[in-house]
Amino acid sequence: MKTLITARGITKHFGGTLALDGVDLDINAGEVHVLLGENGAGKSTLVKVLAGIHGPDAGTVEGTASLAVIHQELALVPELSVAENLFLNRLPRRFGFVDRAEMRRRAPELLDRVGLDIDPNAKVKDLGIAQQQMIEIARALDKDAGVLILDEPTAVLTDTETDRLLEIMGQLRENGVGLVFITHHLDEIQRIADRITVLRDGRSVGVLGPKATTQHMIELMVGRSIEEQYPRARQRRGKPLLKISNLTRRGVFRDINIEVRAGEVVGIAGLVGAGRTEVARAAFGVDDYDYGTVEVDGKPLRRNDVQAAIKAGLGLVPEDRKGQGLVLTATVGRNLELATLSNRDQKRLHDIAGKLRIKGRVDQPVKELSGGNQQKVVIGKWLLADPKVLILDEPTRGVDVGAKVEIYELINRMTAQGRAVLLVSSDLPEVIGMSDRVVVMAHGRVAGELPKGATQDQVMALAVQEISA
Amino acid sequence: MTTISIRKYASENGALAGLLVLALVIAIMQPAFLNAQNLLNVGVQAAVIAIMAFGMTFVVVAGGIDLSVGSIAALAAMVGALTAGPVGLVVGALCGLINGALVSYGKLPPFIATLAMLSVARGLTLVFSEGQPHETDSLVTFLGSNLAPMLPLPLLLMLAFFGITGLILTRTNLGRRMYAIGGNEEAAKLSGIDVRRQKLWIYALSGLFAAAAGLVLAGRLGSAGPQAAVGYELDAIAAVVIGGASLSGGVGRATGTLVGALVLAVLRNGLNLLQVPPFWQQVVIGVVIALAALLDSLRRR
Repeated sequence: MKTLITARGITKHFGGTLALDGVDLDINAGEVHVLLGENGAGKSTLVKVLAGIHGPDAGTVEGTASLAVIHQELALVPELSVAENLFLNRLPRRFGFVDRAEMRRRAPELLDRVGLDIDPNAKVKDLGIAQQQMIEIARALDKDAGVLILDEPTAVLTDTETDRLLEIMGQLRENGVGLVFITHHLDEIQRIADRITVLRDGRSVGVLGPKATTQHMIELMVGRSIEEQYPRARQRRGKPLLKISNLTRRGVFRDINIEVRAGEVVGIAGLVGAGRTEVARAAFGVDDYDYGTVEVDGKPLRRNDVQAAIKAGLGLVPEDRKGQGLVLTATVGRNLELATLSNRDQKRLHDIAGKLRIKGRVDQPVKELSGGNQQKVVIGKWLLADPKVLILDEPTRGVDVGAKVEIYELINRMTAQGRAVLLVSSDLPEVIGMSDRVVVMAHGRVAGELPKGATQDQVMALAVQEISA
Repeated sequence: MTTISIRKYASENGALAGLLVLALVIAIMQPAFLNAQNLLNVGVQAAVIAIMAFGMTFVVVAGGIDLSVGSIAALAAMVGALTAGPVGLVVGALCGLINGALVSYGKLPPFIATLAMLSVARGLTLVFSEGQPHETDSLVTFLGSNLAPMLPLPLLLMLAFFGITGLILTRTNLGRRMYAIGGNEEAAKLSGIDVRRQKLWIYALSGLFAAAAGLVLAGRLGSAGPQAAVGYELDAIAAVVIGGASLSGGVGRATGTLVGALVLAVLRNGLNLLQVPPFWQQVVIGVVIALAALLDSLRRR
């Protein structure tokens, strides 16, 4: 097998911290090489060294193939057309002007290679996130990249979109492209990986073959064995703390009834677009609704009033951590005190940072933390506000296995203290494993409710059902 | 201090290092610069822009911009001259409040809302003054005077506003919220901060500070002119940016802005002492602003 890129003994410091410590990596033609590790293990730094963004302090990168990186944050221009984005920076020209005919002629071939059947004249902003990602991949392929690095591409994709992406990755592998794939979803790894390099604390701790078990991967990754992936400890149910009644916003969600009692975790499952996030935001007072009521601990909330919701004891950890949860330019401490500005008690900030096991100093900019630690900061912000009910919207998206379990344990601790948790999640094993009851939404309606111990099939059956309007 | 901590201090206070180097170069080329009276003059010259820039700092930290401060300063000074100084302050704060309402409730981009106010406030100044300068009363004139020999009030006022600005930015909820709103407005909103109401106060503060700057300016000159403080908003923005604030919001400090205003004043004073022709002075100042921003952006990499 032809080796496209050989990296040997890559070492990289950032200030005083050792990000990479003598890492070796080979990328072969026609293989999917998975980089696995917790957030902060050094995956992104390694990718940046391979791509030549960072020079290593020690070690060498040798390669014959050109390399393209598909980052999680997409590098497309939303206002330009699909074709223009594909050829951005090297638009075909004729008489000094952009040759639109040529562009339109060449675009479909490229789109074909990633299995996209869309109008090359469509504006990128009108496309879904999965399609946008495919466009980026198509663009990289046009540059004849021999090596394609995909940095957590599936974090923002639905299951069907992920299936499609894995299929395309398989085709590229057939064509001799070397693929480096970063993901936190172990099932995806089992489906496509040829080799798995596991990183921990900047070191390569093992290279596994395609038949590696989940258990083995997790153990290598976190350096200890994790007893249980979903350590839900049930509590005695108390009085209703959150009661959503007949909540309706025309065209978005209708007649939503959800009750969460003290000590309880209620999950909301459903497909993307089922209206779960919209209900959570409306209940928290971010968005308006047409009718219905939201009560916290027996007291009705004023609609569209976040301050009132917080005062009544409600908190929301939003789905988009960087866009909605954090002030990235500010320190960990400033972010923690965001919801409780009048409470500027340094000791409590340090306490909570310690309790959450946030890896990072209180006076460190939050953007320097890994995804899992950033999420803990967002949750910590609400713990300081001491809510009765916490709504968690996709709390473990883009979070590594170790931090995931810590977040689950936090959920347990909150319910043990008599609080209630509403858990919105697209991760089926998680929402089933951590919830005491699962409410399934479809097409803006509650399609049904399942008790603890429901199977994924049961949830999916409800999630995809057609509901007459 | 060890070399490492000096270097750290210098890199965190790039503008201050720049100011010291600038002063040193001017002092070597023209020793008269270090004359106590001249240094006081520099302080007085910096005062008006500095007070205006402190107000601008609130807006910039919160992710906005205020183009109307020069016009508000002129309007406040004119109203102050025609009625009484405090009325000018109220008018300035009201103008700022309208800016805030347009931005938060009218959802106008700050650039547009304050551009409109720039024109309206200047126009009103011309209307009220009928195009003529008006003498200021004793209270306003006092603002521009010396408390004692070597003790100019504008300088003291600048330091007072500096202290107030630092206090607001670091020790009040409003200040902390400015950083949150400028850093990530959506996160601020979802954390229960009433972003719209905060913006109202932020722009009102900027208007109030601009009015105070306008009164100090009129006090120094002994009169309020219809064309006073034209273009000062750009100097104020320059001072804030030289001081290390980010126009994309979330970053900025009172000390930075003070240093920024002093850099501009030292530069103007030095260029005069070195007898650089006024037309060339503008060129030099523009280059220095670009250099300061460039250094800051290099430092951040």
